[in-house]
Amino acid sequence: MSWIENRLEDGLIITSLDWAINWGRSCSIWPMTFGLACCAIEMMAIGASRFDVDRFGAGAFRASPRQADLMIVAGTVNFKMASRVKRLYNQMPEPKYVMAMGACTVGGGPYYKNGYHVVKGVDLVVPVDIYVPGCPPRPETLLEGLMRLQDMIKHQTLARDRWVTAKDAALTPETAASN
Amino acid sequence: MTPEEITDILKKQFGAKIAGFKFETAHPRVEVEKSAWPEVARFLKSDPRLQLNFLRSIASLDLLEDEKFVAIYDLLSMRPPTKGGDAWTMENEFSVHVSTERSNPHIPTVAQVWPAADWHERETYDLMGITFDDHPDSVIDQDGTHPRRILCADDWVGHPLRKDYKFPMEYHGIPAVTEFDQTRPIH
Amino acid sequence: MAETVLEFQPDLNLDLSADRIQQEDMPTEEMLVNMGPQHPATHGVLRVVLRTDGEMVLEAVPHIGYLHRCAEKIGETLQPYQYIPYTDRMDYLAGMNNNFAFALAVEKLSGLEAELTARVKYIRIIFCELNRIASHLVAFGTYGLDLGAFTPFLYAFREREYILDMFEATCGARLTYSYITIGGVTHDVPENFIDVCTEFLDYFEPKVVEYNNLLSHNHIFVKRTANVGVISQEDAIDYGLSGPVLRGSGIKFDLRKAKPYGGYDEFEFDVPVGSGEKGRTGDCWDRYIVRVREMEEAVRIIRQALEKLRGTAGQETLHKKGKSLKLPEDEIYFEIENPRGQLGFYVAGDGSTIPSRVKARGPSFCNLCVTERVCHNVLLGDMAAIIGSLDVVMGEVDR
Repeated sequence: MSWIENRLEDGLIITSLDWAINWGRSCSIWPMTFGLACCAIEMMAIGASRFDVDRFGAGAFRASPRQADLMIVAGTVNFKMASRVKRLYNQMPEPKYVMAMGACTVGGGPYYKNGYHVVKGVDLVVPVDIYVPGCPPRPETLLEGLMRLQDMIKHQTLARDRWVTAKDAALTPETAASN
Repeated sequence: MTPEEITDILKKQFGAKIAGFKFETAHPRVEVEKSAWPEVARFLKSDPRLQLNFLRSIASLDLLEDEKFVAIYDLLSMRPPTKGGDAWTMENEFSVHVSTERSNPHIPTVAQVWPAADWHERETYDLMGITFDDHPDSVIDQDGTHPRRILCADDWVGHPLRKDYKFPMEYHGIPAVTEFDQTRPIH
Repeated sequence: MAETVLEFQPDLNLDLSADRIQQEDMPTEEMLVNMGPQHPATHGVLRVVLRTDGEMVLEAVPHIGYLHRCAEKIGETLQPYQYIPYTDRMDYLAGMNNNFAFALAVEKLSGLEAELTARVKYIRIIFCELNRIASHLVAFGTYGLDLGAFTPFLYAFREREYILDMFEATCGARLTYSYITIGGVTHDVPENFIDVCTEFLDYFEPKVVEYNNLLSHNHIFVKRTANVGVISQEDAIDYGLSGPVLRGSGIKFDLRKAKPYGGYDEFEFDVPVGSGEKGRTGDCWDRYIVRVREMEEAVRIIRQALEKLRGTAGQETLHKKGKSLKLPEDEIYFEIENPRGQLGFYVAGDGSTIPSRVKARGPSFCNLCVTERVCHNVLLGDMAAIIGSLDVVMGEVDR
């Protein structure tokens, strides 16, 4: 890099656009306040004193899906709730990420067997980016999940929209309206 | 007051409408004819000796072999203290079984007697399928007039707590991955 | 925000004659507003459909079931000790109390209760009361949050973490403990538990005074909660309310006193009731303050129980019969006083190890049904105050 040294003004940073945008996005993931069940209490715990999710720039819990980047599905999704989860997902602006928090959202969890009213994994309803196991996951686990999501965002590129995939195409607003 | 004494009072008042009783159990109770149930309920609540003013819960049983459903009402009498500042007391605890045939389960509602029964009856209809007649929050659909569902989705099919309940394979396009659709799932 | 609220005096009897003429000129129309299932002030997935006219809520109908998890059906397929984890997930803020209720119901049904040691009894009470504090801390913190005060939430979770540390050291879980099980508790307490717990209680007791200074007697908070959502004594009994909601209406009824279970008769404590200090008896503030005072009473109980626990070192804490328990052909309905009210379990056995029916009477379920009655001609802003003061946990409402 020697050819570039001392050729630019002080205070000027050179970087790729991808890196800068990904850095900005990954360090300001605003989650949606969307507590479903037991896991929501641990989600509240990461927002509170000891675990302080603000260190990762993810402490701005938004009540409206239209202002949120990340949907933490914290708790069991059942059939009655499934259409609401899908609608909330559709209301979020791109780029959006979904974290399946807890065993219930990963695959039904303790309610897999004989749980007639429980969706066996939220990935049957919305596409999931990060799975955080545990029943409920410890706050440290949730923070780890958040960091893995940040890693994922840092490897995105603007040249290819990773979020428009065939799977998502099935979840256009037109199909959502019929729900 | 012991359950025996309460049953004596009830028998004196209603005679043959008290179908049976059981005291040598962890859950002493009387069985009441379902046609007389609202009348008995009003008496249980208003009689100065009993004053069973607090409905704790309505449970339900599916007796598949006996071809009947049972609704189990647990009652409590909460009495104010004679002196201000003292604790309220719990004088009587009592429980009533009301059974109905399995093919056409109907029990008159008691939501007018204890408003708390409203949601309990809706829940019992939803999960067990016992129809409470004249329920204040009723709907009319292909299953006839029945209390509105409360826990399951409005278009849910069947009543999950019945012993012969068939588990759904999918709901609105979402697969319900369950290989346990037996009538009586055994762990 | 603080200033605007201070200036706002919600005096509905104010004679706004000049404004009234204007209002008559301007026809209003009723509007249906859907609050929830995703709403920050509904504590989970409660959905309330409001019929509003401007700022007034004419009618509020709660719709539940968005967290129905089939717990009762699952109860018919598992042995009682296997079902304990599901009771945790009903009222997930008070897992210990739920374990306790189910374990006691099954023990009473099968006659195992008489064989339990004194150590089990005291450990159970200590953990239930610790859990009561933790649960009320969340109620206190989130109630502040509902009404726009963020700091109490941070304070409450700070103290709650210490309690969870003790739970974790004992049973390894922070939220879903499954600690109290059929026939005792899964592990004995750690060696230094009594010292750690005493240290916590010494630390915690002055904090309650801090909470009162911070929130309870805060002018804004009192304005938002006093005289709001009044539940009369008749309504409280008719609708089957229990716990702090019942006691907030001035009814001094606590199952720990009225029908002591599990050894509560050995302890001295008071039952706080609402008395209309800031407004009318049975308003939101009364229900709130009952919870704060119950935390103080819980500290008293724990201190006494710790003393008694000292004398029981070495006793067995888990009965071997718990895992091979045959339930008799009988049924039982048994209630305990959970932080939210009377939690009842109906268990019916059929002679095998698996119960033929399990039903839970969730106190939140019964407390919530009064919403329709209370939220009648209230201000839209008071909805959050009323629902928050009922302190419902949806896991228990829907089961």
